[in-house]
Formats: sequence, C-alpha cells, structure tokens
Amino acid sequence: MLAFLGLRAYFVPHSFGQYGHYRGDAIAEIAALPIVHAGHQTCETCHVDISGEKTKGKHAGVACEACHGPQARHTMDLSIVPAKPDAAVLCTQCHEASGAKPKWFPQVDTKEHSLGLICTTCHQPHRPSLKGESK
Amino acid sequence: MSVTRRHFLTLTGGAALAWDFLLAGTPEESPNYKMADHWWGMLIDVTKCIGSGNCVRACAEENDVPDGFFRTWVEHYHVNDWHLENPVVESLDGGMHGFPVVPEGTGKDFFIPKMCNHCADSPCTQVCPVGATFVTPDGVVLVDEKYCLGCRYCIQACPYGCRYLHPTKHVAQKCTLCYHRITKGLTTACCEACPTGARQLVDLKNPKDPIHDFLKTHSVQVLKPHLATGAKAFYNGLDGSVR
Repeated sequence: MLAFLGLRAYFVPHSFGQYGHYRGDAIAEIAALPIVHAGHQTCETCHVDISGEKTKGKHAGVACEACHGPQARHTMDLSIVPAKPDAAVLCTQCHEASGAKPKWFPQVDTKEHSLGLICTTCHQPHRPSLKGESK
Repeated sequence: MSVTRRHFLTLTGGAALAWDFLLAGTPEESPNYKMADHWWGMLIDVTKCIGSGNCVRACAEENDVPDGFFRTWVEHYHVNDWHLENPVVESLDGGMHGFPVVPEGTGKDFFIPKMCNHCADSPCTQVCPVGATFVTPDGVVLVDEKYCLGCRYCIQACPYGCRYLHPTKHVAQKCTLCYHRITKGLTTACCEACPTGARQLVDLKNPKDPIHDFLKTHSVQVLKPHLATGAKAFYNGLDGSVR
C-alpha cells in the first residue's frame, strides 16, 4: 500500500485533479504560449494617423493584420519593418468577383475593372475610395 | 463615457498587473481574468464569409500549425437545385490561399468556415484514456501535450474532424480558441484577421456580449445537433446541406 502511494505521488503530477480529470497546470502552460498577432488595438496606439484615416472609409472594420499579417514581433522590436503587402494578390483575394461570395460584398472582375492596373493605382487601401475623392 | 484621470490610472494599473500574471502563464491568478466568469464560444456568420482564407493563414501563423494540417479551414459548398442532399464540397489547402473564381450558374455556392466546436459535452474528452484532453472551466477544449500519448482516440471520436496528430511531436493538436490570447483580453487570431467579421468570439457568461441579442433575433444553428455535443460554434445562415 505504501509502495502504491509512493509511486502514485511520484508519477501523478501535483496539479492533476485541480479542476477535473486532467493536469491543471496545462491550462497555464497553454495560456503562456507566445502571441503572434498583436491585435489592432496595439497597432492603433502608434499608427494613429492611419487608424484615423481608416475609420472614415469602408475598411474601418478590417483589422490591420488582416492585410499586413502578424506583427507582434514588430511591436516588440521596431527595427523589424513589416513587408508591404502585394496589392496585386491581396486585394483580389477579397474583391475578385465570384459566384460563391455573398452578393452584398463589393467585388469586381479585375480584368474588366482595372485593365491590368494594380488596385492601389486608383484606390487608397486604408480608405478605399478613388484617390482624390472625399469618401 | 468620460474617463477621469483617477479612473484611467486605476484601469492602467490593473491592466499592467494583469499583464504580468498573464505573461507568467497564471490566468487564474490574474486579478482581471477568472475562468469561472467566462464561457467561450464562436459565432460564425456564413452570410459574411467571402472565402479569403485569412482565418486559416492567421491560425496557422499564430499557432505554428504544421503544413498540411489545419485547426480551422474553409469549405466551398456547391449545391445543385435538384440534389440538395448531396452538395459538392471542396477545400484545397483548407482554403488557406482563397478559392478559384466560381462562375454564376445553377444551384448555389457559399463558404463554410469550420473549426473545433468547443463542445460542452465533447466526445473527444470522454474517450481520452489519460486525461490529456479536457474542457477548461471557461469552456475551451484543450490538449495537454505533455500528457498526450498520441493514441489518436480523440481524433477518431471528434465528429467534426477537428483534430490531427502532429507529424513530429506525435501528440494530438486542435484549435485552442487562441486560449493564450483570449485570457489576455484579445480576440482569436482568426477573428482578428477576418476582414468581414464573419467570425466573432463570444462569451456566453458575459451579459453585455452582443451574442445574447444575436441568438434571440437570428436563426442560429450548430453543426450535427443530433449528436448533442453541446457545440459552441454557432452558425448564422447555415444551409441545410452542410454536414
């Protein structure tokens, strides 16, 4: 009996059963994993001008990292400069017309719409009206 | 709402204290995060999904998901008018790079994001022989990689196909609902990256969460309701052909 109790104390982790039939410490270990996407709130603390511009346009609800990718490393080390997104690929991933996309979503046949020009030639991505337009 | 200097200093001081605890990996000791105060889930609005694949890429980057495996993925459904019960479903690379253009034609086409449903009565946790997978007190199904034997029982038991065996670690992995983020007051990576708000992290124990009004006013469903898994991935605008 003593041997059993001794072996049990040795092999069963101390936090097993803390919350249920599992190792309680696992929750804290998973919660401590590193963050990769900083979150738009973090971006907006520095990039005030761009976030202000963005709130006036149709991309107001699009978080920074939806287009710019994960930037937690950039927030920790400002010498890491994020690569500029490739507008030729990025814009079409959302806005290329497709029969499977919901009808309410703005979409164009880019071959007809832009005649091969990159979207950012005419559209300002943070406030995607035509360049020079107020809205 | 106006914030006085006193309130601001109190809030930032509390947040800084919480951040220290959370970085140390002890969410329950954080003054701002109590597991018993939350019951997490996800709202997926199919009417907003454009199949951009942003969620899949963000999840893979946030969680270091190995190539060829997915913790969340997007399916393209094509349903013929004369064959409603047998849709054609495709999900090349989990929809990570978006989908080819679908021409307008007969029938209907739409995208369905899928992920772990974080079931309250999850089959995967019930079959684990060692207690390596479990539901946390705040309703998230997790895997303890230090305790997992890699027996694959949970992978077989999940009716939604949401688990995989890591090819080199040989342990089961799955969506953690970005537990390392939500315990710090952030949303999940997939919600953060979704350009249309098709995914929303919801806290069913938070009376101020908009999910309560949404559930009252919309026809919301879960996948495979007949299995009574207590799924907490709520779908709005779900077509009857989706399995």
